Amino acid sequence: MFTISGIKLSGLAVTVPQQKKSNHDYPFATTKEKDLFIKTTGIENRRIAPAGVTASDLCFEAAQKLLIEKEGTREEIGVLIFVTQTPDWLIPPTGIRLQHRLGLPKSCIALDINLGCSGYVYGLSVIASLMKCTGAKKGLLLVGDVSSSVISEKDKSTAPIFSDAGSATLLEESDDNDKIHFSLHNDGEGYQAIHIPDGGMKNKISSSSVVYENISSGIERNKLHLVMNGVDVFNFSLREVAPDAKQLLAYCGKQNSDIDYFIFHQANLLMNEAIRKKMDLEAEKVPYSLNDFGNTSSASIPVTLVTQLAEKLWNEKLSLLLSGFGVGLSWGTVILETDKIRCLPLIEL
Amino acid sequence: MQLTDFIQKFEAEIPEIVPGTLKPETVFKQLDSWNSMQALIFIAMVDSEYRLTLTAENLYECTTLSDLFSLLEKKALETSKSQV
Repeated sequence: MFTISGIKLSGLAVTVPQQKKSNHDYPFATTKEKDLFIKTTGIENRRIAPAGVTASDLCFEAAQKLLIEKEGTREEIGVLIFVTQTPDWLIPPTGIRLQHRLGLPKSCIALDINLGCSGYVYGLSVIASLMKCTGAKKGLLLVGDVSSSVISEKDKSTAPIFSDAGSATLLEESDDNDKIHFSLHNDGEGYQAIHIPDGGMKNKISSSSVVYENISSGIERNKLHLVMNGVDVFNFSLREVAPDAKQLLAYCGKQNSDIDYFIFHQANLLMNEAIRKKMDLEAEKVPYSLNDFGNTSSASIPVTLVTQLAEKLWNEKLSLLLSGFGVGLSWGTVILETDKIRCLPLIEL
Repeated sequence: MQLTDFIQKFEAEIPEIVPGTLKPETVFKQLDSWNSMQALIFIAMVDSEYRLTLTAENLYECTTLSDLFSLLEKKALETSKSQV
């Protein structure tokens, strides 16, 4: 656990695709299965990016709106971090392309981070650290995925869960009273709990990569599609998330009552409610965006902030605990304060 | 930990099951309403009620509700020993 002082959040924007899909209309499950799925996961609707629209496009729109709102900031941005598992290309890093598209200076450090559901917390830690040690006045954290591009629509274990979104978070140099506390963990033993078998250098794309396999009833996919071992991910999350959050609270000398809102990665309602109960949190302090936006991977924390807390973020000083967990396996918690940040209304593309 | 209490909790988590109809020898995987989502709901119940973790392999290896209960008893014993 560690603390970074002198950096604060100052702006937030999120873009989702306009195209909605209702899980009531999901064609590869029975009505009974769909009803149980929606009740259990809390996911009724998803947002799906049209062909050709990437995570970087969604993040770009969010960043553009944010930078127009915060006029005159482009020249001061010294670090850009793009967290995604669905980059525009394997080579080059998409973050560098975003630096140019956004008109940021060539002196701006730009790099990609390959992380999923823990990505927002990790992204905050990396950008705050880099800003601190380089003296950058401002930093832009872009976090998002178009998970729909790596998911088989015929896989009922993944397709009705994941949704697309991109976010932009502006950070600024501030005084040492602003502190951001982090706890970050990984366990590579669980690397296969969520994975895509082919397409990397370990298993290069071949003709067999695109052949659909019938895994079980309602699950058809090829080797370029995401595979999720639901029970392993579920048990990992139940085991690690609440203790990590509790340990970071203790490290900061804080209690549940000191935190205004707890924003967990939006995995699914069953899992998130189990975590909430393990932490003895009141339901009012744990907002969800699952119903309309599903599991938006690394963007799920900013999606929840923007769709559920925008007005409060804009008008009030808030103490927040953010927790991300998933692919890797990787998990992390951050505790920070926001003070009337520019939180824009949800953007649709 | 009581078998009858465990069966009641199992029944409570599965829609369409009339309380009191399941027996220790019930093959839970053959129930019409048993599926992968129901398995996760059951795992969450076990975590919440018994503070025990069930893996996919555990569920695969068990056939009847009695098997599941015996496994939970064994896990509970191992947990209590490791805490001594």
